[in-house]
Amino acid sequence: MSRPIVAAAAPPPLRKRLFAAHNIGLLAAFAAIIVAGSLLSPYFLTASNVLTILTSASVIGVISVGMTFIILAGGIDLSVGAIVALAGVCATTPGAQGLGWLAMTAICTGVAALVGLLNGVLIAYGRMVPFIATLAMLVAARGLAQHISGGVPQTVNDATFNTIGSALVLGVPLPVWVFAAVVVVGWIVLNRTTFGRRTIAIGGNAEASRLAGINVARQTLVLYVISGVCAGIAGVLLTARLTSGSNDVGNLYELDAIAAVIIGGTRLSGGRGTLAGSIVGVLIFTLISNIFVLENLPSDIQSIAKGVIIVAAVLLQGRSASSK
Amino acid sequence: MKRAELVQAAAVAAAGAAFAGTSTLAVTQAAFAQSGKKINIGFSAPGANHGWLAAITKNAKAQAAKYPDVELALTEGNSTSAEQIGQIETLINRKVDVLVILPQEGQALTAVATKAMRAGIPVVNLDRIFSSPLAYRTWIGGDNYGMGVSAGNYIGQTLKAGKVVEIAGLDSLELTKQRSAGFADALKGYPGITLVARQAADFTPDTGERVMANVLQAQPHIDAVWNHDDDQGIGVEAAIRNAHRSEFFMVGGAGSKHAMDVIRAGGIIKATVLYSPSMSASAVNLARLIGLGRGLSETVEKAVPSSITLYSAVVTKENVARYADVGF
Repeated sequence: MSRPIVAAAAPPPLRKRLFAAHNIGLLAAFAAIIVAGSLLSPYFLTASNVLTILTSASVIGVISVGMTFIILAGGIDLSVGAIVALAGVCATTPGAQGLGWLAMTAICTGVAALVGLLNGVLIAYGRMVPFIATLAMLVAARGLAQHISGGVPQTVNDATFNTIGSALVLGVPLPVWVFAAVVVVGWIVLNRTTFGRRTIAIGGNAEASRLAGINVARQTLVLYVISGVCAGIAGVLLTARLTSGSNDVGNLYELDAIAAVIIGGTRLSGGRGTLAGSIVGVLIFTLISNIFVLENLPSDIQSIAKGVIIVAAVLLQGRSASSK
Repeated sequence: MKRAELVQAAAVAAAGAAFAGTSTLAVTQAAFAQSGKKINIGFSAPGANHGWLAAITKNAKAQAAKYPDVELALTEGNSTSAEQIGQIETLINRKVDVLVILPQEGQALTAVATKAMRAGIPVVNLDRIFSSPLAYRTWIGGDNYGMGVSAGNYIGQTLKAGKVVEIAGLDSLELTKQRSAGFADALKGYPGITLVARQAADFTPDTGERVMANVLQAQPHIDAVWNHDDDQGIGVEAAIRNAHRSEFFMVGGAGSKHAMDVIRAGGIIKATVLYSPSMSASAVNLARLIGLGRGLSETVEKAVPSSITLYSAVVTKENVARYADVGF
């Protein structure tokens, strides 16, 4: 029964997608930034700097994978940054630290999944607008994180847990591997499973999807849990990297992730977009930050540059959409 | 305090009580009992999303609890100036005797503080200053410029020559500019020292990590780092550790418990320049003295001064024990 929708929403072949007008613009921008970086700074194209960039990108990167699913389905999740903070704080209370690194990891992802579940219930069954439900969650989760930690960063004393943030596997930091693994799993789920096609279908037309027999409410619920889990994994990476949990981390991560997804070519209203685009979006922002710090430029100029990139990308997107 | 010390303290207290009348504590307590005056202090500070702000509120509460003649009315959790104005208006309506206000923004809260003063409630302005002297009876706060000077002089005297990196807080805040100005002015006295990089890290641990990780890529050799804020310093420290760098030392800012622990243990942080949240405890003391109509006992003046600027002391391994109790 759902066959026609699924067929209609199935992505075109890889070659065609890579050469779509918007993707060419995105890849050209990406390449231009890399060329600019290597011309400007002798430290840019060193192995250690590339690994620094990838490690920096991994936290927002993992969040952006979940955000891509949410936006593709026509939703939005503003609570991801607050979830990172709350999950990190819950996992680093003295009680949690007493349980060891595995339990800390489980608490971090578990708390995040629970918050995602709550988002999903409010949106799918409480009929709340995603923007409002997750905005309320942002405020409440930050408040709870502050309440639990008392506003003071909690140092992690478990050396094994901290290793997650710094260990090298084949010369590459573990967070980068985790980022890569989440991207691969996300890509397979989105492009090779019915779940992925349904996600795009409900973003394209929720009512038609419902009539075609897709359980839109359940699909939506699971999507917000996925976004929560991604934020939880990001929370583990960040907490281990900082060797502390704090209620004051993850500020504006939701906007960083949304910006990356949008410049990556995903339509904000849902139904169209790619995961690969989001990842290039994350890398573009991380590269810009890196180059600006390498060149010792002030933060105000950096913010202006980010804004210009978002506008340029969206304008380009509008042109490529209207030319079809 | 260990059990034995507690027993000792109790014994000393008991002995003191036996000679009551000679101890100053007993004298002041007797004076309260006579006058019977209770001072109601209203306290308003921004919501504690940062370790420093959390300590501000905690210290004020603890200090008020030390005086049997002080009652503290505390409002918490405001995150915008508008919310804080509402909370202060409530405190004015409750007719507190003295107000202690750490405003979200000095400019935005000036009107409501002026209103309190006109209603006969003296205002002790804590740290972020109001834009009009009519808005407060007394100002007490830290010295951001002096903090930069202390950090610059410590690094200058320790290094004499070398490359220095500055990790600032939030560039849109006036206090960040003052700290950086003090640091730059102090470093002018040491021509051998060059400031090779200055980046802002927004006062949070994760941004501190991200910025420092990038700075370390651009600077193959550093001799010292001044980081404006110990909370964001947790991230700066993590970046240094993850990059396996150790050729330099770091100077912190504000004076967190964590920074003091690292200083004591001989870690990468060799010093931190204070911007201590103990100032809120001092503000409660000043509010009480104003309420009682007294002056500061260490000056001969009959009334509390109108302005007190705190000194940004340098905490190092040598003196860290003395400052441990103000670490937050």
